[in-house]
Amino acid sequence: MSTATSGFSELRLDGVSRRFGSQDALSNLDLTIRAGEFIALLGPSGCGKSTALNCLAGLLPLTAGSIWQDERRVDTLPPERRGFGMVFQSYALFPHMSVRGNIAFGLRMRRLPKDEIRRRTAEAIRLVRLEEHADKLPGQLSGGQQQRVAIARAVVLEPSLVLMDEPLSNLDAKLRLEMRTEIRRLHQSLGLTTVYVTHDQEEALSLADRLVVLRGGRVQQIGSPEQLHTRPGNWHVADFMGYRNLWPMRAQSVRDGLVTVEADGLRLVGDPVGDISPGDAVIAGVRPEDVRVAEPGAPDGVPAEIEVVEYQGRELAAEARTAAGLQVHVRTEQRLAPGDAVSLRVAPHRLLVFPTDSPEQPPAAPGDPADAVVEEAGLVG
Amino acid sequence: MSATATRPAPSAGAPQSPRAHWRHRLAERGVDAQLWLLAPAVLFVVLLFLYPFFYGLGLSFQPTEGGPFSDYARFFGDAYQRDTMWITLRLALPAALLNVLASVPIAYRMRGRFRGKRLVTILLVVPITLGTVLTAQGLLNFLGPTGWFNRVLLALHLTDEPVRLVHNYWGVFFSLVITGFPFAFLLVLSYLTGIDPTLERAAATLGAGWWQRFRMITLPLLAPGLATTFCLTFVLAFSVFPSAVLVGNPAGETRVISIAAYQAAYEQYDYPYASAIAMIMGLIELVVISVVLLARTRLYTGSTGGKG
Repeated sequence: MSTATSGFSELRLDGVSRRFGSQDALSNLDLTIRAGEFIALLGPSGCGKSTALNCLAGLLPLTAGSIWQDERRVDTLPPERRGFGMVFQSYALFPHMSVRGNIAFGLRMRRLPKDEIRRRTAEAIRLVRLEEHADKLPGQLSGGQQQRVAIARAVVLEPSLVLMDEPLSNLDAKLRLEMRTEIRRLHQSLGLTTVYVTHDQEEALSLADRLVVLRGGRVQQIGSPEQLHTRPGNWHVADFMGYRNLWPMRAQSVRDGLVTVEADGLRLVGDPVGDISPGDAVIAGVRPEDVRVAEPGAPDGVPAEIEVVEYQGRELAAEARTAAGLQVHVRTEQRLAPGDAVSLRVAPHRLLVFPTDSPEQPPAAPGDPADAVVEEAGLVG
Repeated sequence: MSATATRPAPSAGAPQSPRAHWRHRLAERGVDAQLWLLAPAVLFVVLLFLYPFFYGLGLSFQPTEGGPFSDYARFFGDAYQRDTMWITLRLALPAALLNVLASVPIAYRMRGRFRGKRLVTILLVVPITLGTVLTAQGLLNFLGPTGWFNRVLLALHLTDEPVRLVHNYWGVFFSLVITGFPFAFLLVLSYLTGIDPTLERAAATLGAGWWQRFRMITLPLLAPGLATTFCLTFVLAFSVFPSAVLVGNPAGETRVISIAAYQAAYEQYDYPYASAIAMIMGLIELVVISVVLLARTRLYTGSTGGKG
């Protein structure tokens, strides 16, 4: 299959919005996708990522906004005239057609010559390594094989855009890793512009060139995997990016680009994300692996007691509690046991200090950020 | 449900090892105390279906005069009697076909969620509750020579004399459609909602327009259900009796096979002959159903990905 980045040089989403009744499933999504790019839409369920994908595919009409393929407006076209390939979460293989029939379906709809249909179908089957299964019905295949048929069916048309809706969520952990590599490999070899929806940050980070983090139907941050990983734009993104420690604190002083924060007598120094002035309520976040565990009594450490330990191979994930009652998630190579007394330390540049809420967000309830669950709307995210 | 209820496992007692072993083996094959739950159904089938059927079958070979097959020969030899088969088929086949075909587009349109769906479903299904006699009464009032339909036609000068729509073929046909359609519609609707709607969306993203989506995805997945629906509505229509008398012309045009059987049994008191006619009736139904079901085996009948 030839590299098919032809068709357009950029796809522009312009204030794309979708309401279900009185609920905004997606509001004002602005995004420009360059040809050949791999974009991941990331967020918890109900964040609007599937809605965005269905709007792109034409399966859901927009309530407001427009979608442009260079100078061509596409949001008014029905799905069958957009020429985008889509991989569904449930695969949606046609149960009465063989693997070959499923993959050839789109080519037949385009009324291509029989020879070409046969050649391109065979090529796509080889691409996803299903040669021995070409004449089987989908019901006779394993989940991973069905997944590969679904991908082959979408890419055989060499669409200008491939949309993938959580394609790996129904697979077991091992297969998921394998298919992830496969998808990356396909993207590298075919260069198809891809929009990939997932709620798995690891999947998104490892696959995408750029990530779009959504929450409650609104864009939280758009950036490269590295940007999102090291410098999330607000605490919601941080929460999603593996900053398991998110502590509500209060800013005390700002000096030399660092901010000192305090809560219950505990004082930490961190890197501010956004404008923070002394006296502000803030949320301080740090990844478990950036909390250093030392012997009790170490200088400028915070004394704490280990409560729960999970074995995770080379490392241990542990939950500690400081004297002031603050819960701290840590990851360490040290062998710890529940009840151990330790001393915890956080490097100032690893601690990010966020304003309690980013400007575009209504104020959320203070306290445990993990409780900020968004209600599911319409198409499940 | 099969009528061949195997004996339940040996009755309870102290579990001895060989016995317990056998009980375990049988339970693995589905033979356990729960089989007793089938008893009422088996009793019902034996008493109300199998016994009368075999009694009638036996009776049909014991005619009042002649050899065992003489009543069958009598039926096929008499053109007036033989024609009842064609009359019934001519009514039942088109009526069943129309019921199935008319159900498909309506059910297709109604499978999604929309406002007023319940009301529309009720309106479509109400005739099933009316019963043949009430339907016949309604048809006479509506389509009869002085019914509303003809009065409107006459008032509009679309016709000079009333159109005959009752006491002939059409009266019975309309009655079969009115009583059979809700039945077919409900079945088709349930088959349709069993098809995963994502399949059509997938077809759309692959470039299929609505007609191609229907013809290549929905219809092939629905076809086995349509075959089953056709069989059931056909059997209902083939045994038509009351409406053939009430809104038909039971002496001529709509002298269906059940009327022939009725006359043999209750006007001539010739039970063996009536039984023979009933057996012929069953045989015709069996042939039609076999043909349809045989064709059905050529279709894809596996999972349709939906909740049904």
